[in-house]
Amino acid sequence: MSGLFSALGALWAWVQYALDPLCGPVGIFSFLPASSIVSCGATGWGDEIALGVKVTLSLSIATLPVGLLIGFAVALGMQSREGSLRLAAGIYTTIFRGLPELLTLFIVYYGVQMGIQAILALFGYDGRVEINAFFSGLFALAVVFSSYCSEVLLSAFRAIPSGQYEAGAALGLRPGRTMRLIVVPQLIRIALPGLGNLWMNLLKDTALVSVIGLSDILRQTGVAAKVSKEAFFFYLLACGLFLALAVISSFGIGFIDRWSKRSEASR
Amino acid sequence: MSYVTTLIAPQPAPPVVTPPLSAGRVVGLIGLGMWMLLAVSLVYMMVSNWDTSKFVHYGPRYLSGLWVTLTLVAISITCGAVLSIPIAFARMSSNRLLNAVSYGYVYVFRGTPLLAQIYLIYYGIGSFRAEIDAIGLWWFFREAWYCALLSMTMNTAAYQAEILRGAIESVPRGQIEGAKSLGLPPSITFLRVILPQALIVALRPYGNEIILMIKGSAIVAVVTVLDLMGQTRYTFSKTFDYQAYLWAAIFYLAIVEVMRHIWGAAEARLTRHLKR
Repeated sequence: MSGLFSALGALWAWVQYALDPLCGPVGIFSFLPASSIVSCGATGWGDEIALGVKVTLSLSIATLPVGLLIGFAVALGMQSREGSLRLAAGIYTTIFRGLPELLTLFIVYYGVQMGIQAILALFGYDGRVEINAFFSGLFALAVVFSSYCSEVLLSAFRAIPSGQYEAGAALGLRPGRTMRLIVVPQLIRIALPGLGNLWMNLLKDTALVSVIGLSDILRQTGVAAKVSKEAFFFYLLACGLFLALAVISSFGIGFIDRWSKRSEASR
Repeated sequence: MSYVTTLIAPQPAPPVVTPPLSAGRVVGLIGLGMWMLLAVSLVYMMVSNWDTSKFVHYGPRYLSGLWVTLTLVAISITCGAVLSIPIAFARMSSNRLLNAVSYGYVYVFRGTPLLAQIYLIYYGIGSFRAEIDAIGLWWFFREAWYCALLSMTMNTAAYQAEILRGAIESVPRGQIEGAKSLGLPPSITFLRVILPQALIVALRPYGNEIILMIKGSAIVAVVTVLDLMGQTRYTFSKTFDYQAYLWAAIFYLAIVEVMRHIWGAAEARLTRHLKR
């Protein structure tokens, strides 16, 4: 069994290497001469920056489902008939849409650390707790993403006429099934442009995690800039990489948009 | 064959059954309870760790940081608005070159993080010291404050250009045709017919952009500008007191909420002729 896992791991590593657009066999940096400043060996910064791209991408891809789920729950709360639920959800979006993302990140990063330390101290453990920068970054970004996402989903909910819910009830569907089979498919279609914008913002916001020490694109290029004294080139490269990610995602979003509209009447 | 022989006597509607505890209410009460708990524990933390010497020492720093943030945002929004006008017109022009250049500008500045732009301008351009000295601009690129201002201005100009363009293009064609049929010259058409209608459409996005800039300005703390966030980080690095961040959160929330309500009131006032 362990042989299978190691084989799978090796296969996964090879797939990652083969599909790496920067340092893989058909990567951009691989075509440069080995002495270049962004080559992929021990002399250049290519492999470090490729790692940064991987961290940025994995952070934003990991944040997306968490943020969407929390955002959906908050949107449900905001359109509920219960006043207390609406108030609680409203406080959430007001706070996290009003705070700067950088401040949210610091509050989560230091606050969770101190909170865990305080709870452990109650149980008599006085060690120093360091939480993972990736997880606190993920948590902070998900909180910010979800508060914006809930607004997008709320306006999409309002665009769905109540007749749809009534039709679901008339067919004898339970509320959960009405939601899943009737409302959510329309919701996705309506909310998709707004969610696409939020994804672009999320990609840009991941640059902030470089401040708490996560080795994303901006941190890796910053280290390279400091060591090699080629600050302009490396920061330009960072901007270019973010721009490339934005272009790729706008293609992806366009594709999903067309896919979601495939059953609509063509006009 | 059956038919009605007796009519049912009119009856009151059945009473509305409200379950005392629905799932939504339970979740809502739990959520509210958690917010209450959080608020109480924050207040408790602030009261129990109150230190007058820290307040006297760092309070004025926070106020000066607040002032830096507000001036930075005000200047960059104003300069960005001025800079956005030619970009928006280039974006709408039929000249292919102007169109491509302005599209590229907007795409680049909206597609990259503000933090990367600030690094590029402060550290990147700053690394060409000899060349900048030669053209006599070193005093500008030496100061983190100016670099932050420059990058925020260029960033917000891209966003504002899109807002302006979208607003101008949202005015229906019939308005231009109507002005033409009245014999108005193009400049008067634009200033008296198009622009007033466009700016009303643009009000809300402009308000959002100002709030985004207030929040985005926190980033300049990373390049050693002592704005509200910068003073907060300074205070935290000196005291290791978590309250530093909580005070900053209170300040930012207060600015954003005040701004939002002022803007909402102004918008309601300016669009009162459109309300029915």
